[in-house]
Amino acid sequence: MKCNRLVDAGRRQFLRGGLGATAGAAASVVMGTSEARAERALARVDYPANRLANLADLAVNAPMDVAYPDADSPGVLLKLGQGVEGGVGPNGDVVAYSVLCPHKGWMLSYNDADRTFNCPGHHSRFDAEAGGQQVWGHATNNLPQFVLRVDDAGDIYAEGVDELIYGRLSNTL
Amino acid sequence: MGYKRQVDRLPIIPADAKEFNVTCHYCIVGCGYKAYTWPMNKQGGTEPGRNKFGVDLSEQQYQDSPAWYAPSMYNIVRQDGRDVQLVVKPDENCVVNSGLGSIRGARMAENRPSRITGTQQQRLSDPLVWRNGTWQPTSWDDALDLVARVTAQVVTEGSEDDLVVSVFDHGGSAGGYENTWATGKLYFQSMSIRNIRIHNRPAYNSEVHSTRDMGVGELNNSYSDYEITDTIFVVGANPMETQTNLYLNHMVLGMQNGAKFIMVDPRRTVTVHSAEQFAGKENVLHLAINEGTDMVVLNAIMTHIVDNGWLDDDFIANSTFQGGEAVAQDAAHPASLGSLDHAMQSIRTSLDEAAEICGVDAADIARAAEWIAKPHEDGSRRKCASAYEKGIIWGNDNYRTVGAMANIALATGNIGREGGGCCRLGGHQEGYYRPDESVVGRPAEYVDQYLIRGLGGVHHIWACDHHKTTINAAEFKRAHKRRADMVKDAIDAAAGGTREQLVDAIVSAINAGGLFVVDMDIIHSQIGQNAHVILPACESNEMNLTSMNGERRLRLSEKYMDPYGNSRPDCLIAAGIAQNMERVLRDMGQDDYADKFKGYDWETEEDAFMDGFHQGNPEVTYDRLRAAGNNGVQEPVVGYENGQLIGTERLYADGRFDRHGRDDGKALFCASGWRGWQAAGRAREKANHKYWINNVRANIFWQNQFLDQKNDFVQDRFPYPFIEMNPDDMVDEGLNPGDLLEIINDNGVTQGMAYPTASAKRGQVAMVFGSPAGSQGNVTNGVNELNVPDYKHCWGDIRKVSNATRESAGISFKSKEITL
Repeated sequence: MKCNRLVDAGRRQFLRGGLGATAGAAASVVMGTSEARAERALARVDYPANRLANLADLAVNAPMDVAYPDADSPGVLLKLGQGVEGGVGPNGDVVAYSVLCPHKGWMLSYNDADRTFNCPGHHSRFDAEAGGQQVWGHATNNLPQFVLRVDDAGDIYAEGVDELIYGRLSNTL
Repeated sequence: MGYKRQVDRLPIIPADAKEFNVTCHYCIVGCGYKAYTWPMNKQGGTEPGRNKFGVDLSEQQYQDSPAWYAPSMYNIVRQDGRDVQLVVKPDENCVVNSGLGSIRGARMAENRPSRITGTQQQRLSDPLVWRNGTWQPTSWDDALDLVARVTAQVVTEGSEDDLVVSVFDHGGSAGGYENTWATGKLYFQSMSIRNIRIHNRPAYNSEVHSTRDMGVGELNNSYSDYEITDTIFVVGANPMETQTNLYLNHMVLGMQNGAKFIMVDPRRTVTVHSAEQFAGKENVLHLAINEGTDMVVLNAIMTHIVDNGWLDDDFIANSTFQGGEAVAQDAAHPASLGSLDHAMQSIRTSLDEAAEICGVDAADIARAAEWIAKPHEDGSRRKCASAYEKGIIWGNDNYRTVGAMANIALATGNIGREGGGCCRLGGHQEGYYRPDESVVGRPAEYVDQYLIRGLGGVHHIWACDHHKTTINAAEFKRAHKRRADMVKDAIDAAAGGTREQLVDAIVSAINAGGLFVVDMDIIHSQIGQNAHVILPACESNEMNLTSMNGERRLRLSEKYMDPYGNSRPDCLIAAGIAQNMERVLRDMGQDDYADKFKGYDWETEEDAFMDGFHQGNPEVTYDRLRAAGNNGVQEPVVGYENGQLIGTERLYADGRFDRHGRDDGKALFCASGWRGWQAAGRAREKANHKYWINNVRANIFWQNQFLDQKNDFVQDRFPYPFIEMNPDDMVDEGLNPGDLLEIINDNGVTQGMAYPTASAKRGQVAMVFGSPAGSQGNVTNGVNELNVPDYKHCWGDIRKVSNATRESAGISFKSKEITL
């Protein structure tokens, strides 16, 4: 994983709309095995609980490419090394975000020096340590964060999203 | 921190939703948006046939997709008396923004008043009159009657000079051709009001008198000129922050096409950094001059161009004045105007002199001159599009500095040509159409001082909030409150009496030094706290509104929802005041005066448009503008052919300049000689205080901060006005990020939040302008000869007030500069 070039493989695929088709081939993209079926009649979307990784798989400040709630929604799982609001794990320092810029859907890159997500298209940036707060930019919402849970075995599950993900009018398609 | 709306799904726009043209009313750029409305009991579906986009919404939409909208673009509003669902999203077919939304405009839907979703509950819904110690809701008839009776009595017992007016003169929200015409007709035709000022400055004047006196209107190119130019030359402007989609959708294209980018600004802004990413550092030149020295660097660039012969000789010979001095310096002209040779006698500045005064390298000034004017290797002329805004408009020696900017463009033949232009980047859109205002005179009255001195008896305020946006604000607020309180006390003492007794009590208080305040606004503003009558106005899209943007692109932004509560368009409020004035004056036996208030029998805003703008532009009607859509037509409109309005892509393409009104059509150069700090007291203030207090903007809420004072997304990011400081200065002052601090000088005190900024120079802080939570104007004072304020130059000391609060402790303090 080269920081600042995060999800490069994903970006190339995403621009031509083929991420889902190739997700299985990208070693670092972890797909859940227990995807729940969304109930369209419910007032809110029914999120699947998908295993993204185990705590042991994560190194500090080395983002791991994931996808949630399905293969067409790229994100990263990130261990920050110090606890943050909304963080999980024994140190409260594990977070996950969508990496589609909520402005125009460009793929964000991760800057490991100041722990921000940055958009090459229009120069918006988001703080990984402040709940995805837009530091500066054009998006009208902060970066969607995946709701995480860690089980006794250290397996990390995503089971919700706190904002609308770019490119979909329902977080589960 | 990281406010989230917890929205996981949005209603889908059905295929048969109603569609409206919307021009974003917040800033000058005027991005095109589309509004869609549909009934509450209907919704679209994911199948292509069931949604407005005709695409399969059960699939992920990709980068730059038109078929997505954010939660901020959705709301539930009132339309023709019914609740409807609303989406307002960027229009990919508008040439201004090509589908890009800004952080402001893409929140237009969310910033609509809704009794269903609870948004913008701060909006005024009913007229309010001060009674029994508070503001009581009442009818329009009751409120307008009181306004007219007091106003009529004061101007007939005294004179029209006793009526003081603060009023917008721009387009977009709180303005537009309908509303500027109606207010202009009231104050310049029915009356002749001299003590009148504009929303952001204490007088009724141009912010760019000099370029107009030179013959050059300040919005003279097309945004497309930035795409095809060789050099983009920006002085005292920050377009990435404040004209975002002009920058992203036009200037960036220019850089990607090979244009160089020059920025003159003491501060390293996000524009400089962004330009370096798009153009490469080698193609970006930032002249980080000492504050207030813009004119010197401009004069040195001009001198270098002249001395190297990089002039457009044919243009100068054919289009500029040749006979020495044309206009002498006098009280109305802070510099003389005339031929190039005449002006150069004052302008001449060597590179080394400029380097010394401005604190930048002489070689960099020379490089700027080369990038602007040195012909290509094949001998062809360089194209340069130059732009400026508040950095020099609200800067030191406004008249000469703006003139120095236009001098360069004229000398290099860069006005009226493709890839050229010398333009303001602007704040609001424009929408000025009023009767002759020459009663105001020049210099125009410094209205704030007029009120501070105890003059004037009635104050009509239209969408202005001096408390947040004037200079010398601390003193103004004290004086205005003291005088308004005298009238409030008189009203309270007259409680229970007849209308006549009430009016007599108010007029007596006025005669004793009080001030009767009438406030027309969409919210209860800070200056509105002093009001005795508050009249609720509505916004663009709650009415039809026409305006033109920074490339003079005229659009009709259509009404898609009802005005909130009983609020009305400003033009119809003005008509109501006029009609009541006529009635009251007739009752007073003043028939001749009453007759002057005839001609306001408008039912709709369109009637006001036809009475005003249409009379001067007979080709332009609502129907034709509606058909022209979000691309509209560029003013001036010169005809109507084949079902289309014919506009003007750029001004002065024929080489004739007319903004000064001269018959010869020749542009004049400005003798922009440097004279140091123009406004009195600057040098002393600088010497006495530690920090230069720069006055800056932020893209998240510039031009709509009043609407965002309760917006959770915005308040979560900036709960208090930010004050960017060098981290070492923060250490000196014992400040941590987010701590609250005071800025103190002889003008007053203001408050904000320390925001560490590594790129800030030591001793220079940058405070955001216009914040409801801390007025930068409290500590700023000083105007030029024509009463244009110099907001940008004040100095103060800094004192910590408090540790960071819970709100400010959690926000991100990381650099605003992108790192890719």
